Amino acid sequence: MSDTEQTPAVPAQAGAPAVETVSRREPLLEVDHVTLRFGGVVALNDVDFTLYKGEILGLIGPNGAGKTTCFNAMTGIYQPTEGQIRFRGQKISGKKRHQITKMGMARTFQNIRLFPEMTALENVQVGADAHHKTSVIAALFRLPRYWREEREGREKAERLLEFVGIRHRMHEFARNLSYGEQRRLEIARALATDPVLLCLDEPAAGFNPAEKEELLQLIRQIRDTGITVLLIEHDMRLVMGVTDRIVVLEFGKKIAEGLPAEVRDNPRVIAAYLGVPDDAA
Amino acid sequence: MTTVLEKVRSGREAVGERWHHAPRWVRWVLLAAMIVFFYALPNREFYQYLGPIPTPGANFTQVLFTVSIYVLLAVGLNIVVGFAGLLDLGYFGFFAVGAYTVAVLTSPSSNIKTLWPWLLVVPLAIALTMVSGVMLGTPTLRLRGDYLALVTLGFAEMIRISATSSAFLKGQRGFNQIPHPPGKYADGKPFFGVLDARPYYWLVLTLIILVVIGVRNLTHSRVGRAWISIREDEDAAQLMGVPTFKFKLWAFASGAAIAGLAGALFAGKQNFVNSQNFELLNSIIILAAVIFGGSGNIVGAIVGGGLVAYMIERFRGIELFGVELYEYRFLFFGLVLVVMMIFRPQGLIPNRRRAAEFKDRRKEVIVGE
Ligand SMILES: Nc1ncnc2c1ncn2[C@@H]1O[C@H](COP(=O)(O)OP(=O)(O)O)[C@@H](O)[C@H]1O
Ligand SMILES: [Mg+2]
Repeated sequence: MSDTEQTPAVPAQAGAPAVETVSRREPLLEVDHVTLRFGGVVALNDVDFTLYKGEILGLIGPNGAGKTTCFNAMTGIYQPTEGQIRFRGQKISGKKRHQITKMGMARTFQNIRLFPEMTALENVQVGADAHHKTSVIAALFRLPRYWREEREGREKAERLLEFVGIRHRMHEFARNLSYGEQRRLEIARALATDPVLLCLDEPAAGFNPAEKEELLQLIRQIRDTGITVLLIEHDMRLVMGVTDRIVVLEFGKKIAEGLPAEVRDNPRVIAAYLGVPDDAA
Repeated sequence: MTTVLEKVRSGREAVGERWHHAPRWVRWVLLAAMIVFFYALPNREFYQYLGPIPTPGANFTQVLFTVSIYVLLAVGLNIVVGFAGLLDLGYFGFFAVGAYTVAVLTSPSSNIKTLWPWLLVVPLAIALTMVSGVMLGTPTLRLRGDYLALVTLGFAEMIRISATSSAFLKGQRGFNQIPHPPGKYADGKPFFGVLDARPYYWLVLTLIILVVIGVRNLTHSRVGRAWISIREDEDAAQLMGVPTFKFKLWAFASGAAIAGLAGALFAGKQNFVNSQNFELLNSIIILAAVIFGGSGNIVGAIVGGGLVAYMIERFRGIELFGVELYEYRFLFFGLVLVVMMIFRPQGLIPNRRRAAEFKDRRKEVIVGE
């Protein structure tokens, strides 16, 4: 909370379209000069950016740029070699993964990681359980708390499945869902944890243009409910249409940051994407 | 071969489907009939009409008691292996802890001579087994997969070896005169006697029903969802807010508690406990029974535990070409397992299928989804 004044990278230019979000400027997530090495590989090199409440930030870059690694560092899978990450003013390092989720950070995975032998409904219920307190004793004897939380979780799960458009599939095992349905289910499961920040790792990978458009609609709706969104994507066009700001990574380094239009015209970004078609999939 | 299997499979699925489509009262009636059947089973007046089911080479009532203990153990191990996906190779070690707790605290041959009554020691045995589960789990459940298998294997062997060689646990000589459960008939004769195994079987059967209700309550709650999510993808579970370590420990402790109860029941019936009761093979048999029945399914565990324990006893007293089949029981057992792994790796009764699931599917069909 204290050192939020150092926000040099955000161009506070006159006439910026996202005036409203920029003017509020409440930092939600601060990635503070993070370096992360895997042996000799430097997956993140002094990456530094801030995510503000209520915005949709795009994190883009060619394959292998370090986007997923950045998510993994944020959600406690990897510890940064140097630097630190603060979420809602608190340091992430040293926190357990489920604690980070409880603080309000939820994510999806680039390679879908559902619970395949659980139904769609149960998958989402697991997310809803993040804030439940039913203990072994309460479940064993079906105490009032069990009934209350079970009903609450079930209703929430059905509502979210409805929201992402797969409620009619709720009793199907996750592994039997189509690829697109699985991607939607991952989003519903993440939303069930009541996130303040939702991190989506290439949620549109493998989608056709029509499906991508539907997904963008969904992401906007999520943002409109007050959830901040961090979106990884390497399809530039997709990102342009939905994000308020964009951070560009290449070989683990941040090479640009700014409004979509600025980033698109940035020569370094164009160079990074040259030879890498927009839709590498 | 495959057509036969197909038939068996579709037949079994039809049974499952009919079960889930049946009205609630029909299911309750069938369930009640099944329970009545199993309570009636150890009576000679009843089982003499059951053709080849009674065991020729062993007292059928005694066999039923053994089978019921295995069923209880399979239900407990199924929590650990089937639901939480933790490979426990030394589950019988917890059974031994339960049995020895009873032996040490009740038997006159024990060094400490507390001579407490059986009923008082049962909760203690369960608690102590749970504690041993937590003590074993705390350092190991932070690790993944293979370590747990090794450590649990070591644990069971450690218990067995201390039972064999420690003076306190009496080795081969064992503990005798372990008291039976309390209870008397009107004429003063004890309900739980030496010759008749039926009361013990009824006691275990009753406890199995209670334990199954408890396990079902757990699996249909946040706790069970946490266990299954850990089995399915531990990393994803953590990232969805599941405190995985805590719930793995609970799975371990719950499984251990059930094994401790089984051990206490065994000691109370057997009257005598020594180090030969706890061979490693038993752990393997129960694990195989759980996998055979369909791990992660309570009915599967019951059927698996029951069938495996029963089949082993069924071989007793059968001679074929002058060899006693019982001698080769584990060979057959192994063969059955290999065949299962080839044709039905998911076990006899694999996945949980919910009534709602079928109902909703029907609706979908009607709506024309
Ligand atoms: N666990 C790991 N061990 C070693 N190298 C890794 C690991 N995870 C990622 N990397 C490396 O870090 C770099 C960034 O990968 P990643 O974050 O997945 O890229 P992106 O998501 O932008 O495509 C790649 O060179 C990748 O090989
Ligand atoms: Mg990636």
